[in-house]
Amino acid sequence: MIQIFVNANYDFVGKRRWFYLLSGGLMALSIVSILLHGGLNYGIDFTGGMLIQVRYDKPVTVADVRRGLDDIKLGSAVIQQFGDAQEYLIRLPQEKDPKPEQAILSALGRAAGTGVDKRRLEFVGPQVGRDLQLQALYAVLAGMAGILIYVAIRFDFRGGMISIVAIAHDVIVTLGALSITNREMSLPVLAALLTIVGYSINDTIVVFDRIRESRGRGLRKGQSLADLVNTAINQTLSRTILTAFTTFLSALVLFLFGGEVLRDFAFALVIGVVTGTYSSVAAASLVMDWESWSRSRQRTPGKVPAKA
Amino acid sequence: MRRNVGIRIGLVVAVIAIAAWYLYPPRRTINLGLDLQGGIHLVLGVQVDKALEAQVERAGDTIKADLERKGITVSHIERRGATELVVQLASPAQWKDAQPVFNEIGIFEVREADQTAGRAVLALRPREVAQLRDLAVRQGLETIRNRIDQFGVAEPSIQQQGDNRILIQLPGVQDPQRAKELIGKTALLEFKLVDDKVDPAAAAKGTVPESDELLYQRRVDKETKQETRVPFVVQKKVLLTGRDLATARVSIDQNTSEPYVSVEFNSAGAKAFADLTEANVGRRLAIILDNNVHSAPQIRERIPSGRAQITGGFTTPEATDLAIVLRAGALPAPVQVLEERTVGPSLGADSIHKGLISTAAAALAVVVFMLVYYRLSGLVADFALALNLVILMAAMAAFHATLTLPGIAGIVLTIGMAVDTNILIFERIREELRSGKTVRASIDAGFSRAFRTVIDTHVTVLVSAAILYQFGTGPVKGFAVSLAIGILASLFTAVFFTRLIFDVIYMGPRRVESISI
Repeated sequence: MIQIFVNANYDFVGKRRWFYLLSGGLMALSIVSILLHGGLNYGIDFTGGMLIQVRYDKPVTVADVRRGLDDIKLGSAVIQQFGDAQEYLIRLPQEKDPKPEQAILSALGRAAGTGVDKRRLEFVGPQVGRDLQLQALYAVLAGMAGILIYVAIRFDFRGGMISIVAIAHDVIVTLGALSITNREMSLPVLAALLTIVGYSINDTIVVFDRIRESRGRGLRKGQSLADLVNTAINQTLSRTILTAFTTFLSALVLFLFGGEVLRDFAFALVIGVVTGTYSSVAAASLVMDWESWSRSRQRTPGKVPAKA
Repeated sequence: MRRNVGIRIGLVVAVIAIAAWYLYPPRRTINLGLDLQGGIHLVLGVQVDKALEAQVERAGDTIKADLERKGITVSHIERRGATELVVQLASPAQWKDAQPVFNEIGIFEVREADQTAGRAVLALRPREVAQLRDLAVRQGLETIRNRIDQFGVAEPSIQQQGDNRILIQLPGVQDPQRAKELIGKTALLEFKLVDDKVDPAAAAKGTVPESDELLYQRRVDKETKQETRVPFVVQKKVLLTGRDLATARVSIDQNTSEPYVSVEFNSAGAKAFADLTEANVGRRLAIILDNNVHSAPQIRERIPSGRAQITGGFTTPEATDLAIVLRAGALPAPVQVLEERTVGPSLGADSIHKGLISTAAAALAVVVFMLVYYRLSGLVADFALALNLVILMAAMAAFHATLTLPGIAGIVLTIGMAVDTNILIFERIREELRSGKTVRASIDAGFSRAFRTVIDTHVTVLVSAAILYQFGTGPVKGFAVSLAIGILASLFTAVFFTRLIFDVIYMGPRRVESISI
């Protein structure tokens, strides 16, 4: 029988300051990267504009593509090789009077001296894009609110709040990873973020369940609350890691074999699953601090406000 | 304890049978999204204000005529904004006589009245505005549906989205550009007389008489792609429109072998056409489509047949499409492309290929992992996973859900998430075994204690999927659908089905000493 972490007894709770430090550092790094990039790198789904994916009959260089676009005064286009050297993604900013696709394709073909085929075209008007940016934010917030409500009902409000902190952490770190690797915020990436919101909380719930189960039995002699939480984390550690591992495998397969169209989406999932697993351990430790903080307030009600 | 094993086996067999029923034959039952089979996805915004403006302008003409019939002179009448009309009487003294006319027009209400200046502002009633807007969208939808039907697209989907948007999905269209032009053309056909007294070249530079307007004949040379613009001065009065047509078809000119569109008026239109040609012999009649002068032939004699020809250097597809839009009628308001997503068939085929590879690779990785880690129990979980995928596909077929590329990603992800439930249960059983319980007691405790957690984890993912479904557009919706179905199906396969197999293996009359987990 293969087993991992059978008698795991890591001192997670004792080392929780390191978690806070690591999480704080990752979030700070993410936010700094996003700020340095001038906000999230929204794709055309959110900004409006045009995207054309073309495939040449034989390999060409970015310069060939650029020449074709310059010929019809589309110098502001962003060109990206997409897969092999025959396939390119061309992003055109929002224009009042978009050039017909036929004109673009024939200019590209003329400049490269080879046939070119349109594989995909996406055009999003400015109004649609603006609508979506706001809706996307609402969707993520609604997802978090839904989870907060559910966890608050199933456990308690405190558990819900800690879950939300963990989820927000996962979303921020994933956005940061997208920003650092210069990936775009598109609709599929948003779908990945929402999936992370719903999935990364799972491991946290498993630990919470175990903490509650253990507390129901009451503290054993000589056992502190810190021990209890720590034991709960260790007891569920194999579960936490294994469930995340299978999902991680699936996301990784998508990243490797799913093709360019799904790559950013799969990347967000891979990062989200990893940070989601990590954050569930860290979040459980947070229970500990919240508990001792609220206890100290209850015991000495006058003390905290007086100092504050 | 083996409770109702027979009934439970029967239920599983029934589910498999129903799934098989929905899945056969496979190619016909699963709907492929546009991103997989190629096609065009369009969101059009109906410019409803333009329909309101047209309606207000028409009403303005009627009001002016009504007033003048009563001997009241109107010095000025014009549209203000989309819904208001400003009427200026020539003499404020006639204000009293004009009142009944203003009050009689049901669709307007008097918003401002300045008796001393003889000036009134009429506004469309809000109810009328709402009705006109609604009508513009619904008629636009109907017209576009007619055009697409005549164009010949298999299984198009045309539906209203929000207040004034139309969502069009055309799978497998080979020439998206042409389809887009066909759909988006307003196709307002008008017949107006050319004002020969005015020199068009001078009018293009200077002023145009008030009863006339300046229009152009735009032609693109097929070889050089050069556009030429020839100015025309025509009278504003519309003599006939596309509404007066009975039919339109493509014909080929015997001499030049160029295609043209021959139109036939309905009986009222034919009479009006005969009268108009009779009264204007020698003058030129401009045939105008969407403010572009197609041709302006000279009227040689009265034409009683009610037939006319629209020429204009068409290619055959252009002439075909023009005939289609004339038959289907004009859009009540112009439309604007707000969003377009076109996927070529080759990319779609690539995506299917990559999707299949991903699904197979993920399934293989997870299946092998479960088998190695949990041995016989892992095998049971693998069968549960296979059953999950069968149910997932069958449910998609049963609900006529559309499989998109993100939808395939959802399936791949489901593979990783569905076994989570088994892992939670198996880990719990192992724990119970370690605490010294018997095999049967451990299985019982493992399933019942893990169940709560399993439900929790399912609910949270379903919350996300539901929000995603609410929010997302086409492909992303497909992801939400496959994820949600896969997660729900795993309740049946990972809990119910796995428990059943465990009961059959370990809960029999024989003593059980060990479990392969």
